[in-house]
Amino acid sequence: MTDTSVEIRGLTKRFGDVAAVDAVSLDIRKGEFFSLLGPSGCGKTTLLRMIGGFELPTAGSLRIDGADMTSMPPYRRPVNMVFQHYALFPHLTVEENVAFGLRYQGVDRSEQGSRVAEVLHLVQLSGFEKRQPHQLSGGQRQRVALARALALKPRVLLLDEPLGALDQKLRKEVQVQLKHLQRSLGITFVFVTHDQEEALTMSDRIAVMNRGRVEQVDEAARVFERPETEFVANFMGAANFFAARVREMGEGAIVLTLATGGEIRLPVNGTRYRPNEEVRFVVRPEKLDLRARDLARHGVPSVAVTVEERVYQGVSTVWTVRDAADERFVVYEQNERPFDEAARFDVGSRVFLSWNPKHAVVIRREASAA
Amino acid sequence: MKAPEAGKPARAAYALVLPAWLTLGVFFLLPLAILLVISFGQRATYGGLEPIEDLGSYLASGKFLANYARSFHPIYLQILWRSIWMAVVTTAVCLVISYPIAYFIAIAAPARRRNLLLGLVVVPFWTSFLIRTYAWMFILRTEGLVNKLLMAAGLTSQPLELLYNDFSVLLGLVYGELPFMILPLYASLEKLDLSLLEASADLGAPAGSTFWRVTVPLTMPGIVAGIILVFVPSLGQFVVSDLLGGAKTMLAGNLIQNQFAVARNKPFGAAVAFELTAAVLALLFVYALYTKRKGQDVLL
Repeated sequence: MTDTSVEIRGLTKRFGDVAAVDAVSLDIRKGEFFSLLGPSGCGKTTLLRMIGGFELPTAGSLRIDGADMTSMPPYRRPVNMVFQHYALFPHLTVEENVAFGLRYQGVDRSEQGSRVAEVLHLVQLSGFEKRQPHQLSGGQRQRVALARALALKPRVLLLDEPLGALDQKLRKEVQVQLKHLQRSLGITFVFVTHDQEEALTMSDRIAVMNRGRVEQVDEAARVFERPETEFVANFMGAANFFAARVREMGEGAIVLTLATGGEIRLPVNGTRYRPNEEVRFVVRPEKLDLRARDLARHGVPSVAVTVEERVYQGVSTVWTVRDAADERFVVYEQNERPFDEAARFDVGSRVFLSWNPKHAVVIRREASAA
Repeated sequence: MKAPEAGKPARAAYALVLPAWLTLGVFFLLPLAILLVISFGQRATYGGLEPIEDLGSYLASGKFLANYARSFHPIYLQILWRSIWMAVVTTAVCLVISYPIAYFIAIAAPARRRNLLLGLVVVPFWTSFLIRTYAWMFILRTEGLVNKLLMAAGLTSQPLELLYNDFSVLLGLVYGELPFMILPLYASLEKLDLSLLEASADLGAPAGSTFWRVTVPLTMPGIVAGIILVFVPSLGQFVVSDLLGGAKTMLAGNLIQNQFAVARNKPFGAAVAFELTAAVLALLFVYALYTKRKGQDVLL
């Protein structure tokens, strides 16, 4: 287990009756960019604060590089944090902020200066040594906070939504810079965010959290393409759910009967399912097509729907359609067709929803989440 | 309503500041000026002021500075020095006691208890200061509560002399000034961003280091305000040293009060009072400069 940086086992934090973090187990690997993703109140920040030592767990254990850190005070952990609002010391200069922790690591005075210069150079803030935090822009403050944490050469860097206060354009830039920095330093980053796009842009792996529990841990693209639970599917914006019933199961495929009629063959391992089990599957909006004709006879999934709304957005068109069971689906279509074809269906027209069977992801009923 | 022209303060703004200036002028500056004039005079045989026949020759003779010259006599310097020393000790003791209390109320105590605890700090103000000082006499005297308890517990065979010494004066001063230290400290601790304390711990600083490197520097405005609010009144106190010091402990406040009420030497009392006021104003001026330079709010 030498490649595990942070080992979390059954970690729980209760505030009164509420479990903010509920028996979470995770292995964060050395040198990876790991994101804790979820809506506000899902427990991601509490989990991060437990890794940092700012909250003590009610139950469970935490190891960092193999050493037990469950109840170690923050100042004795080999981790550093970039706080949400940076928490720069307002009475100290940039230089003094960055050098703050060095004396506790026994770095002598002469070396402190060069270490500070080194990290300030790393975050492109050379020349700002004598400034006070209030003389800096939001982006510069964020970089000072980063430099202050990196100066101590932590084994794990914790980041609590550090880009939340930046404007959209700067955010995109910083995301890329952070990712590069993490790659070149090889330090484990644990990053908390509620923004799925941000998590996807930067992370090697993502843990999606909901109500104090981890719903899914996977490589970034897999969380997006292959959600395991309804919550993850919804949170990652794949909100097209189809209700179905298992009819036939095989090694390489299952045959489902759609709630609205019709059969669909999906290339998933069917051995996990029971006959007649009720399941749901999702297809991401950008992977659905609208067609004028029913292609079911040709082996292509096809569901009869009515066009409810059409929103032209320039690059793409967003369609909202409804099936016979009044279930609503969203379709994103790239506007790659000639102009007059892009608006080929009018509101109210009867069309067929189809997709490549490979894009369907089967999600079990919520039984597993209970 | 039309906005006032930029750069020119509206006439309304002057009108609004006027009551404050009037109060300050009538109740502070004018008496101070009267005090200054009296301090240049001479005591008449039966108290009051000796009339001055010829102002020119009076000023030329340098007699108008006689009271100030007298105040530098070793006896009075000793009293002044004692007062400053007592005020310094009172302020230091208040600071050491108040900081943990203010810290507890502002940071450690649950938020819903905060107002209750602050209320408790202010509750003594509901009783007159004089009565509370008398109460200390009953507690400290030889047949008082403390001695009775000590003797009942068998810790002492005869009563301790707790009253009429420097200890009792200091106790009374600290007791009376404590809220004036707690309140400004609370105000600045309450504004302290707690994530800064977490950041300090995160960077490896143990609790003590965090306190001296983060908490104290960031609450310095409250500390300075508390020091001024306690030091200044302690310097002029005469009730406490009169009652709890048994007139044995003469402080600058007692000296001034004596000159006016007992010795009936108003000019000399005025001179000492003016010196004390000038010293305090100088202190406040230094503080104002300090906060302005630091770009902080002036708290007073």
